[in-house]
Amino acid sequence: MPLEGETMRKILAAAACVVGLTMTACTNEVPAGKTTPSGGADQSASAPAGSDDKADGKYTFAMVTHSSAGDAFWDIVKSGGEDAAAKMGVTMTYQADPDPAQQSILITNAIAQGVDGIIVSMANPDGLKEAIGKAVEAKIPVITINSGIERYKEFGAMTHVGQSEELAGETAGEQFKAAGKSKMICVIHEAGNIGQEQRCAGAAKTFGGSAENLQVDIADLAAVQNTVTAKLQADPSIDAVFTLNGSVTTAALKAIEGAGSEAMLGGIDLDADVVTAIKDGKVSFAVDQQPYAQGWLPIVFLTQKVSDAMDTGGGQPVYSGPLVVTKDNVEQIADAISRGKH
Amino acid sequence: MTEREKPDERAVATSHLTTVMRRPEIGAVIAAVAVLVFFALNTTTFLTPAGISTWLESSATIGIMAVAVALLMIGGHFDLSAGVMTGTTALFVGILAGTYGVNLWLAVILALVLALAIGAANGAIVLRTGLPSFIVTLATFFILQGINLAVTKLLTGTVALQGIDKISGFFTVRQLFGSTLHLGPFAIKAPVIWFIVVTAIATWVLQRTRVGNHIFAVGGDRSAARAVGVRDIRTIMALFMTTSAAGWLVGMLALFKVGTAQATTGVGQEFIYIICAVVGGCMLTGGFGSAIGAAFGALIYGMTYQGIVYAGWDNNWLKTFLGIMLLAAVLVNWSVARRAGVRS
Repeated sequence: MPLEGETMRKILAAAACVVGLTMTACTNEVPAGKTTPSGGADQSASAPAGSDDKADGKYTFAMVTHSSAGDAFWDIVKSGGEDAAAKMGVTMTYQADPDPAQQSILITNAIAQGVDGIIVSMANPDGLKEAIGKAVEAKIPVITINSGIERYKEFGAMTHVGQSEELAGETAGEQFKAAGKSKMICVIHEAGNIGQEQRCAGAAKTFGGSAENLQVDIADLAAVQNTVTAKLQADPSIDAVFTLNGSVTTAALKAIEGAGSEAMLGGIDLDADVVTAIKDGKVSFAVDQQPYAQGWLPIVFLTQKVSDAMDTGGGQPVYSGPLVVTKDNVEQIADAISRGKH
Repeated sequence: MTEREKPDERAVATSHLTTVMRRPEIGAVIAAVAVLVFFALNTTTFLTPAGISTWLESSATIGIMAVAVALLMIGGHFDLSAGVMTGTTALFVGILAGTYGVNLWLAVILALVLALAIGAANGAIVLRTGLPSFIVTLATFFILQGINLAVTKLLTGTVALQGIDKISGFFTVRQLFGSTLHLGPFAIKAPVIWFIVVTAIATWVLQRTRVGNHIFAVGGDRSAARAVGVRDIRTIMALFMTTSAAGWLVGMLALFKVGTAQATTGVGQEFIYIICAVVGGCMLTGGFGSAIGAAFGALIYGMTYQGIVYAGWDNNWLKTFLGIMLLAAVLVNWSVARRAGVRS
């Protein structure tokens, strides 16, 4: 039965006051030295920069990725694209969906809107073949990023910016092998993610020793830590832990310490905590795909293509990485990482 | 014997076994023992002090929420925003203290106030409109999920908070949420202690207080409960606020354990809480269930979650097991409830 009006008004007023008070603490002003980046959702557009830029905002490029909402890696890719769009004086729209069927709809929508170029990540190439084919048919230049290096030519894309997921894994596997490790676990934090499976497969390929995957859920980092702890307790012979996300690396580090294990820890992708851990010698290495470049370069390439008919890449892939970050070189890139530009 | 001469079934003496078997949590207790024995026999690590410590901690963070969700379900409602609330509160503390330099203790308290306010808003909307709590809290779930992403990005420039353990006072606050009690070879983590306390209080409230009677009454038949003087509005509001407060507690336990928070933290966990509550004997129709049952449901989950790892199996199968466990529990509860004469 509905609540009596007076009681209800009091409750809502109290709730509104509390929410108002607590939120004002963090929305009134931006601290000194901080910027307020726009966006953060799965759909956004970066406005063109001043009129002195070359293309003067007359071109619009659509970036359509397979990112899940809130993925820190893709947030950096998006930032790279937005910054490049502002610099080049063009407009970039960003949309994402991890479901290939939905992603193909987003590509089709971009074609219908008459965009001047499309940037797409192909985690599931077959699911996107038809939509990308339509773009190529419509003479819209397409650049693939991050995933799809094996098939971008077949689909008619002008180039691919990124790296093979398998190559990133292979690079990590080589690091563990060089350190003389013999038993590795690869921590997959998103069930059914093809790219993560490929990374683990690549690592297993070059590692040479025994390797197995461990499935966790990034939505519960405390459980991630507990699961890695449990694995290390169950099998003390594990001497290498390979993670695929910065936050998961942090959780795995605590798990290794908690389990009293001597396992070597290495991961893919960087954040401020991982940088600190590398400096402290607690994380041995991180394979950086340089996601900022995966966002930045395609915008530059497409702008050059549509404004000056330049075909950058010559049909070959442009590798954004991998860069292996260790204690030896971490200082050189720490500042860029803290600014989210790596 | 004629119909008129039949004795009143409520006055018929029942055996201790029948009484025990009618308890809502009995299925979960039996299942928990079975899971414990199974993994004890099939792994070498499960019953070691380190092993017990790990699966107990896994159970605890799920269990705190499961117990709160169980109380709400007994009261006839759902809260689908319970999982994402853990992320909202953790991110709120991280942003206030990390980005804006607010005292960490104050940030933690403000996060609790925020959680209670959201719980109150959920309850108020449900009561005011008469809409199903499932729909109202599903809306809250999406709102909070969006806020967690957009506000975190807007205020910090990223979607994952780092450097939490560098905040002044972190290790002091961690004493409350992330410390470890050493009892001989056993390391009892803070979440386990909180879990025991929360379960004990919830069980006492349900079994030994007037408030507990009110919870069962509003879940069983709200109109009838109101007719006999139960303060239904106050009870339901308190239940929604309790669930939100539990979300805050689990958010703090996770934040001070791992020292980082993602904008996606907690998404999808609400289903696990409901599974544990149902496995523990709660009926989806309300008015039946137990806090201790939900705690055992969480123990089953935690033991299985880590037991699969200890056994060296492919833990991709965990969710399959959860689904089977849920279905089995619902069938057992349905059977028990029928025998106990509870409406299903």
